[in-house]
Amino acid sequence: MFPGAFDYRAPTSLDEVLELLREHGEEAKVLAGGQSLIPLLKLRLASPALLVDIGRLPGLQGMVRRNGTLVMGARTRHVDVERASLPAGLEILHDAAPQISDPLIRNVGTVGGSLCHADPAGDWGSVAIALGAGLALRSSRGERMVDAREFFKGPFTTALAADEILTEIHLPIPSGRAAGTYLKLERKVGDFATVGVAVQVEMDGPRVRRAGIGLTAVAPTNLQARAAEASLAGRELDDAAIAEAARLAAEAADPRDDIRGSAAYKRDMVRILVQRGLRTLRQRLEEVGP
Amino acid sequence: MSEIGVRVNGREQRHEVEPRVLLVDFIRTQLRLTGTHIGCDTSSCGACTVLLDGEPVKSCTLLAVQADGHEITTVEGLARGSELHPVQVGFHEEHGLQCGFCTPGMMLVAAALLERNPEPTEEEIRWAISGNLCRCTGYVNIVKAIQHAARLRQKPAPPVPTGGAG
Repeated sequence: MFPGAFDYRAPTSLDEVLELLREHGEEAKVLAGGQSLIPLLKLRLASPALLVDIGRLPGLQGMVRRNGTLVMGARTRHVDVERASLPAGLEILHDAAPQISDPLIRNVGTVGGSLCHADPAGDWGSVAIALGAGLALRSSRGERMVDAREFFKGPFTTALAADEILTEIHLPIPSGRAAGTYLKLERKVGDFATVGVAVQVEMDGPRVRRAGIGLTAVAPTNLQARAAEASLAGRELDDAAIAEAARLAAEAADPRDDIRGSAAYKRDMVRILVQRGLRTLRQRLEEVGP
Repeated sequence: MSEIGVRVNGREQRHEVEPRVLLVDFIRTQLRLTGTHIGCDTSSCGACTVLLDGEPVKSCTLLAVQADGHEITTVEGLARGSELHPVQVGFHEEHGLQCGFCTPGMMLVAAALLERNPEPTEEEIRWAISGNLCRCTGYVNIVKAIQHAARLRQKPAPPVPTGGAG
């Protein structure tokens, strides 16, 4: 299979990228690792007139701490996250990264590319939602920050304007005791999630100060389980609180029957995975101590 | 057309390619290195695995232009002249293949793994090859072959026979 013909540019500066996007708008598509885009091009589901390869840009890679935030360059690969040393409380990134696709894809695919592709079965979207990540979007008009919880607009559709590019992912570093994890049910390595669940809690003494819960592959976008998050705030992570949050998350899910399972099964797996995830967090927090 | 410069199996090359040409087709058709196979052509099977700057990638899911300025190793680049790579010896001696279609990809993944992790556990080996499918072996002998290769890498090379006897 060959992609259809396209013009190709590989700029070496962000300004050039922004200028190309300003000029070509909807006709242009940004190529990062290409692990989602190239299959779409081959299947001719996408046929952009211009491909803007950001693979030769300096920077936009790796993670640095800046004012209580872990700033991740959008071109950071999944494997880079797997291998990175992370601040305490952001273990969810280490849990999620090795569950994405397979090792060869993770050597090429990028976190920013995955977020912008906005597949409702994508794993990073749920993690970004659970962490309350901020996404830095750049265009020739300037920069704006968009909350990950406001970024996903529909299947494969985001808040990005045609002339914008995601440059950085801002992950708040928890100041107190915090824990998070990502659980994924998949039929085999490399398959899309049947269901995925990202959970993150930040504690205030024995009680939850803030909870973040993102759901994968059970709605038209990665989904923030708002009611479940709210139900945990101010409570201890006891069995009753965990069960209620899990029930509310399952209620928020809106899955569809497909080859990976029935809607009812997936909804119940949301409940199970949220419960399992929160219990894991409780255990980790106990290990860390008060 | 775009001009790309790549280092393939240690040799610098410059080529004109159409931007939409996939890396695997560039390798097979323009470079005539047909050890890199096309299996599923949909990023699932790993038959097209090559090393890009030493890391295994699926060459059916990269454009040749993305490899510009990078180093590519194909299965043809594993042996040094007539001296087989330890992974090749491992696959030979432990019967790590039957039909052989997945073998180039499996061996490249194994070679990259052993560079990073010279003494992998069985679980680490199984995770490393989890992006590569084999329809024949049930993976048992592939794992054994990689374990054998890891042992071979640890040992100093045996003395070269000087002939005479036999």
